Amino acid sequence: MSQSILDKIWSAHEILSRDGSSLVFVDRHLLHEGSHHAFAKIGEAGRKVRHPELTFGVADHYAPSSELRANAASATMIERLSVNTARHGIESFGLGDARRGIVHVAMPEQGLSLPGTIIVCGDSHTATHGAFGAFAFGIGASEVAHVLATQALWQKKPPLMKITVTGGLPFGTTAKDLALHIIATIGTGGATGHAVEYAGEAIAALSMEGRMTLCNMTIEMGARSGIVPPDETTFAWLKGRPMAPKGAAFEAAVESWKALRSDDGAAYAREVVIDAGEVAPMVTWGTSPEQVAPVTGEVPSVDPDALDYMGLSAGEALSTINIDRGFIGSCTNGRYSDLLAAARVLKGRRLAVPLLVSPGSSDVARQAEETGIAEIFREAGAEWGESGCSLCVGMNGDQVRPGERCASTSNRNFRGRQGPGARTHLMSPAMVAAAAVSGHIVDVRAIDLADLPEPVSAPDVHLEA
Amino acid sequence: MQPFTTVSGPGVVLARDNIDTDQLIPARFMKRTRAEGYGDQLLYDLRFDEDGDPVEGFPLNQMSERPVLMLAGRNFGCGSSREAAVYALVDHGIRVVVADSFADIFRGNAGKNGLLTIALGAAERGRLAKFLEPRPGENAPAEVFVDLDAQEISAEGLGTIAFDIDKGLKRRLLLGLDDLSETLEDEPTIAAFEERYFAAAPWVVPRGA
Ligand code: SF4
Repeated sequence: MSQSILDKIWSAHEILSRDGSSLVFVDRHLLHEGSHHAFAKIGEAGRKVRHPELTFGVADHYAPSSELRANAASATMIERLSVNTARHGIESFGLGDARRGIVHVAMPEQGLSLPGTIIVCGDSHTATHGAFGAFAFGIGASEVAHVLATQALWQKKPPLMKITVTGGLPFGTTAKDLALHIIATIGTGGATGHAVEYAGEAIAALSMEGRMTLCNMTIEMGARSGIVPPDETTFAWLKGRPMAPKGAAFEAAVESWKALRSDDGAAYAREVVIDAGEVAPMVTWGTSPEQVAPVTGEVPSVDPDALDYMGLSAGEALSTINIDRGFIGSCTNGRYSDLLAAARVLKGRRLAVPLLVSPGSSDVARQAEETGIAEIFREAGAEWGESGCSLCVGMNGDQVRPGERCASTSNRNFRGRQGPGARTHLMSPAMVAAAAVSGHIVDVRAIDLADLPEPVSAPDVHLEA
Repeated sequence: MQPFTTVSGPGVVLARDNIDTDQLIPARFMKRTRAEGYGDQLLYDLRFDEDGDPVEGFPLNQMSERPVLMLAGRNFGCGSSREAAVYALVDHGIRVVVADSFADIFRGNAGKNGLLTIALGAAERGRLAKFLEPRPGENAPAEVFVDLDAQEISAEGLGTIAFDIDKGLKRRLLLGLDDLSETLEDEPTIAAFEERYFAAAPWVVPRGA
């Protein structure tokens, strides 16, 4: 019988099934500061962590992007993670570790996200790791405790939805714009309960970083997970990563990964076809990622509540909206190629409003220093911060003030996400840079871009602690 | 986990779609331990203004008694996987959320904390909303009765609304069972699986192969 990539991953991981649910084995369990509830739960019962060698922690949500905004409460959260992981023999990247970064940036960099694996983390954007052909999804604290103790999880196999993206992305558009375009097309509930398999030439053409951005945003369609079947791009990216298999083991793994494609005739619960050629630079105007339009559009006359919160009126052109600040970072758009795209806009220009940059990981920061990109940001007047979740979520000292309007590369424009009363406009890194030099939302396609060298490829990274 | 059999009490209507977990419990409040409780922070930025005063007209602020049921629109609980969103509801006294649809992770978290999530169609939600609306001249809020075993919401003046629920989840909720203690009984099966699995794909263990 024809099998989908999800069927193949599922059957390789199913330990037993009962009551219509399966107990599936977990290959990678990723932790951050939010895991303290789960540690408390297993602690109360005196349970041990079953596979500490398959479990990795990193401080990201509460990591301060600047000494100036560090606070005691966040430091306590970071300390709790190191105490809990140390007690259970789990390797964790704390402040000062060269491997530290946002969990969905740092773990793939280490070569921990592998094709065909099941990856979980107490964070909804775990979907990011599906870019490697893994089945990766976010779980809650009770499930984190369950995985710590058993290395397994009760799950129902989700129905599979296929999103085929034909053609190529036009000039000035990125994986972020594609993700927002898909959300605009199918809605934030468009893939609820499904796993999404991506297919089509536009997906094949995406870099690993672009695939991570797209799978990351898949959660905003309501999906549990996004999956891109692995190909040569995937294998090349993984080769030589510190914790990826090496030598003959790598070659053997690649052989088995090549079988991770959906068979002809595999069944899908839903299929959607998207024409990449129709994607334009996208900007959100409301308080949900589905409230989004091309930058050439205007604020529509729907959801008065959202418009009131955002301080906008129907009919306003998106490109005339003034912004108070910009943010470049997050697990959606905090990778080297994201910073590079923004730097192409910033080179030789000065900011009109404050811009905070928080590289997705210490290694991204290191690369950016080495290639001179970091200097371009500083010369333009941007604040070059430490890596972490930073202004994606108002919980680590970074916040947008009430009523302030922020052009942001993050993934959620929810009410209060960046701080109480904060108004968030989601867009791509180059669009944020363009808005930050203009003082208002602007179409990046109208801006001359500097010629800067392409990203450094995988084997050039050096990531030991 | 507290077993869920029947619950009765007032209901509150939050006529909005996409109530995300950042709204249910803003991120800046998540440093508490479970024992400290999250009930006072439920929907904090919608319930309270910048000075910490209750926002007039917000449904939860109009209740003379804490509700046991919340009725909302589409895509309830979307966003961050934080289980604290469920803690906030449960600690506030809410045992049932009725919505058009729920985000996956939220729904899973709810089931593990004795919070019943019920998806209903527009017509039934409309009936329930009408029933729960504050009535002029009446001080006490309308009360509903939720019976998990019978899979029914009922009240005088409302009649009965039937709902669906996953079989396994229903059993665990009724008995107040914790997945983890059940799974640990399957430890030998897990161990046997692992032996086969690691032999077939040794490269799965980082630095192990
Ligand atoms: S960057 Fe934002 S979305 Fe990503 S893990 Fe951190 S808080 Fe979550």
